[in-house]
Amino acid sequence: MAIETHQDQAEAAGSGPPLGGHGALRPWYLRPGVHLGVVGAAVGYILGHLLGNFLSSAYQQNALSDSNDIPIVLGYTFATLGWLAGLGVFNDLGRQILGRPLLAEIRRGGSEAGLSKYFRYTLDHKVVGIQYLYGMIAYFLTGGLFAMAIRSELLSPSYHLLGPSQYLMVVGEHGTMMMMMMSSVILGPFGQYFGPLLIGSKRVAFPRIEALGFWLTPAAYVILLSGVLFGGFPTGWTGYEPLATQATAGEDSYFFAFGLMGLSMILAGFNMIVTVINYRAPGMRWSRLPMFVWSMFTVSFLQVLAVPVLVGACYMGLMDRTFQTAFFTNQLGGSSFLYEDLFWFFGHPEVYILALPGFGVISEVVAVFCRKPLFGYKVAAAGMLGVGILSFFVWQHHLFDSGINPDMRPLFMLTTELISIPTGFIYLVGMGTFWKARIRFSIPMLFALAFYFNFLIGGISGVFLSDVPADTTEHGSFFVMAHFHYTIMGGLIFAFMAGIYYWLPKMTGIKLNEKLGKLHFWTMFIFFNTTFLPLFALGMMGMPRRVFEYARNLETLNDWVSISAFCLGGSILIFVINFVMSMLFWREPEVGNPWRARSLEWQLSSPPPPENFKRVPVILSSSYDYGVKDALPVADLNPPPGVIGAAYAGAPGVPAGLEA
Amino acid sequence: MTTGPQNESPHEPQHGRRLFLIWLILALAADLVIWFIWYPHMPPGDMSDSARHQQFDIAVLAVSAAPVIIFVLLYFTYSIVVWRVRPGDEDDGEPIYGNTKVQVSWIAGTTVIVLFLFVFGTVELVGPAGAGAGEGPAPIWKLAGTQSAVWAPGGKTMLDVQVIGQQWAWTYRYPQFGGMESSELMLPVDSPVTFHVTSLDVIHSFWAYQLGVKADANPQVDNVAYTTAKSLGGFTVRCNELCGIWHGAMFNYGHVVSQAAFQTWASGVQSKEKADGILAALPAYALTYDPTVIPQLGANLPKVDGITGAAGYYYPPSDPVTP
Repeated sequence: MAIETHQDQAEAAGSGPPLGGHGALRPWYLRPGVHLGVVGAAVGYILGHLLGNFLSSAYQQNALSDSNDIPIVLGYTFATLGWLAGLGVFNDLGRQILGRPLLAEIRRGGSEAGLSKYFRYTLDHKVVGIQYLYGMIAYFLTGGLFAMAIRSELLSPSYHLLGPSQYLMVVGEHGTMMMMMMSSVILGPFGQYFGPLLIGSKRVAFPRIEALGFWLTPAAYVILLSGVLFGGFPTGWTGYEPLATQATAGEDSYFFAFGLMGLSMILAGFNMIVTVINYRAPGMRWSRLPMFVWSMFTVSFLQVLAVPVLVGACYMGLMDRTFQTAFFTNQLGGSSFLYEDLFWFFGHPEVYILALPGFGVISEVVAVFCRKPLFGYKVAAAGMLGVGILSFFVWQHHLFDSGINPDMRPLFMLTTELISIPTGFIYLVGMGTFWKARIRFSIPMLFALAFYFNFLIGGISGVFLSDVPADTTEHGSFFVMAHFHYTIMGGLIFAFMAGIYYWLPKMTGIKLNEKLGKLHFWTMFIFFNTTFLPLFALGMMGMPRRVFEYARNLETLNDWVSISAFCLGGSILIFVINFVMSMLFWREPEVGNPWRARSLEWQLSSPPPPENFKRVPVILSSSYDYGVKDALPVADLNPPPGVIGAAYAGAPGVPAGLEA
Repeated sequence: MTTGPQNESPHEPQHGRRLFLIWLILALAADLVIWFIWYPHMPPGDMSDSARHQQFDIAVLAVSAAPVIIFVLLYFTYSIVVWRVRPGDEDDGEPIYGNTKVQVSWIAGTTVIVLFLFVFGTVELVGPAGAGAGEGPAPIWKLAGTQSAVWAPGGKTMLDVQVIGQQWAWTYRYPQFGGMESSELMLPVDSPVTFHVTSLDVIHSFWAYQLGVKADANPQVDNVAYTTAKSLGGFTVRCNELCGIWHGAMFNYGHVVSQAAFQTWASGVQSKEKADGILAALPAYALTYDPTVIPQLGANLPKVDGITGAAGYYYPPSDPVTP
C-alpha cells in the first residue's frame, strides 16, 4: 500500500529496499537466464537420478508396476530446482537470508531494452504477460499437433498408423497438455498483463511469485513431453488409478508435470487475489471493476482453493508409484474412488478455471464493439461468482455410473443443473448489450460472436449430461468429448483469439494483418463446427472416448471429422503465419486507440511504459460508459499532487504526512 | 438511424414482438419434428426398459433445449442484421445499463426450467430403478423381481449376471447356473436382470449400448445395475473407461434370446463346464475377487473353446496380451 500511495517514491526508479551491487551489470552469460536454467536442469536431473539410484538400488520394485520410478521422480525434482536456480529465482531469497542487499539485475528487467529480458526471471508484469503469450501459443500448438495425430489414427476403424500404446500416449499428451497448460491461456498472457493495467496499478502484489508462476510452465511442459521418452502414459488426462500405478515410467511425467503446473496456478491465483484487492487505484470501486478483472478474481479463488487438491492427488499418486504407499490400491486398503474424488474435486472447478476468463474477455470485447455499456453489470459479476461457488459442488456428476455414493446422484444432478443459471447470465449480459447496439464487426467481435454460438452448444449439451438417465448413454462417449471441446476450444480458445486480436496492438504496438485474420476466423469457425458437431452423433451412436477401434458403420463420419480437423489445423496455421509475419516482417504499427475503447489500458501508449502510469491514476467513471453524453473520462492519468493522499486520508496504515 | 432517448419511436419496429413471433413458430416446428420424427430413432433405442427411459429422457431434454437454442441464435442473428452499424456511423449506442424486468424474468425463467429438469430427472432415475446406471453395492432403487437360487423361465425371478472386467476382456458368470462362466453375454427376454459389475485389475466400465446399461467395473467393488430386455436381438458390449493399451479392443457382443432358449443354453454350458472340470477349478462365486489371493492364480486351467476362465486366470498386468 505504501508503495502505491507514496508518490515520490513510486516515481523514482523502482521501489522497495535499496539495491546492492555496483549498478553495472555482469556479462550476459553470467547473469541468470534461460541458458543457465537449462544447464541447471540438466545437472539437476543427473544428480537426482544418481541419488535415486543410490537410494533405491536395493529397493523392491512396485508390486503393480515393473519399473523403479524413484530415480526418475527425483531427477524431475532436482531438474526443476536446477532450472529455477539457473534462472535466478532463489538469488534474492538467498541474499535476503544472508542479509545482503538485493541485486539490481532482476529488478531492472522491465525497463531493459532488447529481447533478453524475456529470457530471464523478470519482475515486470508486462514482461511476464508477453512470456506467457509466447509460451501458451507454443503449448497450444504442441497439443494441437497431438490432436492431428489422433485424428489421423481415427481415419480407419482399426489401427494403421500408431500402435495401441503410441495411440494412448498421443491421447494422453494431447489431453493433459491442453487441460493443464491451457488453464493459463488467458489468465497468463492477458491476466498478468492487463490485470494491473485495468485496475490502475503500477505492478502486481508479488512480482517474484508471478514470475515464478510463469517459469514453472516451461518446466511442466518439458517434463510432460519427456513422458514420450518413457513410452508415454496410458491414462489420458484423468490419470485414473489403479491404471496409473500399473503404468510404466511415463506416468511419472504426468503426475509430476500436472502437480508442477498446479503449483504455477496456485501462485498465479494467490498473486492475482492480493493484487485486485489491494492495488486498485483510487476510485476503482468494486462496482467499476472491469468484467475481465472480475473473471480473473473469481478464477483466482478457484485456483487457490481447488488446485491444491490436485497437487495433493498428484503427490499421492507419485508416492504410490515410488515409495509403495497404497493410497489408491484397493487390495492394499487404499481406494481408487479416492483418486476419482480428489481428481474431480479439482477437475470440475478446473473446467471453470478454463471457461470464466473467456467470459471476461468476451464481456470486454462486446461492450467496446457494441458501443454500449455492459447490460446488467451486477448480474455479470454475480454470474461469475455464482459459477465459481457452485463449481465446488458438482464434481460427482463425472462419477454418475461409477458406483460411488449413488444415492446422492439427484443432489449432484440438481447442483449441476443449477450452475446453468449463473452461466446463463453471460448470455443475458451479452444479449442485453446487443439490444439496439451499434455492432461493429471487427475480428475480436467476430470471435466473440462465435464464442456465443459455440458455448451455447457446449452449455446445452452439458445439461444433457447432467441428467442421470440420459448421461448413462452419453457418459464417457464421444458426446462428452464434443461437449467439452465446445466449451473449452469453442469457448476459451475462441476468447483467447478474440483477446489476441483485441489486445496485441496494446501489448506490442503492432497489429495483426486483417485480411489473414478474417480468413483465420472464418476457417476456424467453420471447421471447428464441422469437426466437433458430428462428434455428438458419434458418441450417441456408441463410440467411447480414447479408442482407436470403433464400429465400421462409424467410419464415414469419423473420416469427415478427421478431414475437418486437418482443415482446422490449417486454420490455426493461418493464424501462426499471420502472427509470425505480422510480428517479424510486416510490423504494421498500431499505437493509438484503434477500437476507441474507454477502458484504462487503452488510455496509455502502446506498449505501455515500464511502470504503466507516471502517477497513480484516479478513476473517475466506469469503463463501460459508452453513449453517455458528457461522460467523464475513465481516469485522470495525471492527478494533481495531494489527491492520492487525500483519497487515503484517515485510512489505517498510511504513513503520516502523506495527506499533504 | 439515430434513436433518441425515447424508447419506442413510431418508426422503430417492435423488435420484441417480432422476435417472439419468429421464435414461437420456429420453436414449435422444431419441437414437433423432434418429438414425432426424431424421438423414435433416438439412441440408445428401445431394446430394454432402461434404454427406453434413456431415450425418453434424451427426447425430453432435446424438446426443452431446442427452444432455448433457437431463442439465443435467433436473437443474435436478428441483432447483427438489424443493429449492425451502417458505414459512416460513428455514434455510440443507447446507454442501457440494465432492465430489472428483463433480468428478473430471465432469472425466473431459467430457474423454472432447471427445477423442472431436476424433478423430471429424479423421477426418471428413481422410477426405473436407476435407469440402467451403476448404483453401487447397495442400491436403494431396486428393480422388482423375486430373488431365488434358481432361475426358471416364465416367472418373475430375477436373473443375476456377474460381469467381470479385466485387461482386456469381459467374462460373465451366472450364479444361478452353478456359477458357470461365459465369454458371451446371453440374456432372456422379459426377465428382470441384475448385473453385478466388478473388475480384477483396473477400472473398466461395462457399457451394453443397446440395453442402456452402463456401470463402472471397479476392483473390489460390486456395482449393481438393472435392466429388463424387451426384444430379441444382438447388442454390443464395450469398455467405456480407459483401461490400458487394448481398451479400444475390449468389446464383444451379447444376445437377447427367448426364455426357453436361454434356459437351454445356460444349462448346456453349465453341464459342459462341469464335465470339463472348469466349474470345480473356478474360484467360488463371490461379489468381488482379489486376484492376488485367488488360489488358482497361475495354475494351468483347462481351456475350452469359446469359454475363457477369466475369473480364475489372471494375466500379469505387464503381459502384452493381444485380444
